[in-house]
Amino acid sequence: MALPCAILAATQLTVFAASSLRDAFQELAQRFETEHAGAAVSFNFAGSQELRTQIEHGARADVLASADERHMRALVDADLAVAPRTFARNEPVIVVPAGNPAAIHALLDLPRAQRIVVGAPDVPIGAYTLRILEAASSRYGPGFRAEVEARIASRELNVRQVLAKVRLGEADAAIVYRTDALAALEAVETISIPADLNVVAEYPIAVLRGGSHPQLARAFIDLVLSPAGRALLGRHGFR
Amino acid sequence: MTSRSWSAVQQGATIILVSFLLLPVAALALTLSWSDLVAGARHPLLLPALRLSLATSTCSLTLVVVLGSLVAWWVARHRGRLSRLVESVTQLPAVIPPAVAGVGLLLAFGRRGLLGSFLARHGLSLAFSTPAVVLAETFVSAPFFIQAAIAAFRRVDENLLTVARTLGASPFRSFLRVALPLSAPGLVGGAAMSWARSLGEFGATLLFAGNLTGRTQTLPLAVYTAMESDLRAAQALALIMVVVAFAMLLVLRRMAREAGDA
Repeated sequence: MALPCAILAATQLTVFAASSLRDAFQELAQRFETEHAGAAVSFNFAGSQELRTQIEHGARADVLASADERHMRALVDADLAVAPRTFARNEPVIVVPAGNPAAIHALLDLPRAQRIVVGAPDVPIGAYTLRILEAASSRYGPGFRAEVEARIASRELNVRQVLAKVRLGEADAAIVYRTDALAALEAVETISIPADLNVVAEYPIAVLRGGSHPQLARAFIDLVLSPAGRALLGRHGFR
Repeated sequence: MTSRSWSAVQQGATIILVSFLLLPVAALALTLSWSDLVAGARHPLLLPALRLSLATSTCSLTLVVVLGSLVAWWVARHRGRLSRLVESVTQLPAVIPPAVAGVGLLLAFGRRGLLGSFLARHGLSLAFSTPAVVLAETFVSAPFFIQAAIAAFRRVDENLLTVARTLGASPFRSFLRVALPLSAPGLVGGAAMSWARSLGEFGATLLFAGNLTGRTQTLPLAVYTAMESDLRAAQALALIMVVVAFAMLLVLRRMAREAGDA
């Protein structure tokens, strides 16, 4: 009896965060809850595009941390989010299942995969993937992108679903963030994408207008931006 | 309670529930302008998804009806622990959440799955392909047809079958010529429910077959994908899907009625 009542009594800070932030933010929340007695952080992790749609349709949340600027900007323009600040950077990489069955050692080898899984175009990682493939096509020849796209087996709706397909061995290769690859070290191998063909994913965080705890929301963002927060994000592979 | 207030309670409940059930469907149509609908009809996701949905749901319906009729006939004609067990197993997918079904299918038929790893060694890979969509739809929709078929077959008068046998018909022939026509209305009704469940399949498909336009992205997945970027497009796709489903349901209803009259 007591436990559910305690949960109801605590102040719930609702944080909408991009899927790639799952591990880092859960750790941050533990820290936040010990620093702010009586506050409990509840998360909604999903693709940033989905979080944006939910917020546009009235989902009540206090904080949004997005994996790209585009969706955050749309919410700021609609006056649903205020004063976003970039708090982390991430880098797309190629992941393959442990053992690398398709023998992929560089971006150029991607067409060797039988099955590639990527993010849908509206998901930040999917949009970044398209940009990388375009850049690679201008270097490796126009056929490169077509060859890769012919092997795409699924366009998933958030990056952790992309990662899951490689973890399961269902995909021979996928493009996810470096931080996701770090979170699955035991099951996947990471292959870097040449820096001049790659993009830098910038993560903005902002207080949402519809939230009921703006002060607590600001405190959470302060923690994310603090040296301790940055160090924690750094340990998860963010820059 | 007086009989008048009892009937008022019934009427009240009917009004509340019926309007609750009708309102979301009505909202899909009423809040969409004609130009939005036209834009939705031209949406690049629509045609591949519509084609895929119709093809895969027809395939899974065929599998379910052909195999399911045989299973249901056997279950309906046998009384015993084994037939009760078979009946329970065929009902299992109906109580399993679709997302759970998707994970299970992946662990069974995926590349590293129980059966999938064996198939993969022989060059057959099911997950994330159009056949995976058919498997997912078959898995979730089979219980609806089988249950209706068992019930319909149990109502077939044993005496008629005996008569057919004494007139020299083989068991197969008496099934085909006596049991099937007599059970037709129930079978068609079950097939309609099963088909509707297939067409609406979402969770198991997303997990087991993935989301790729033209290959595994069925109408519900297209609605979900469109929703991520453009609510109007999602709504137009959803409305078109409702129309397709409703039209099919009317056709099947008519078939069931004609089968009943015949």
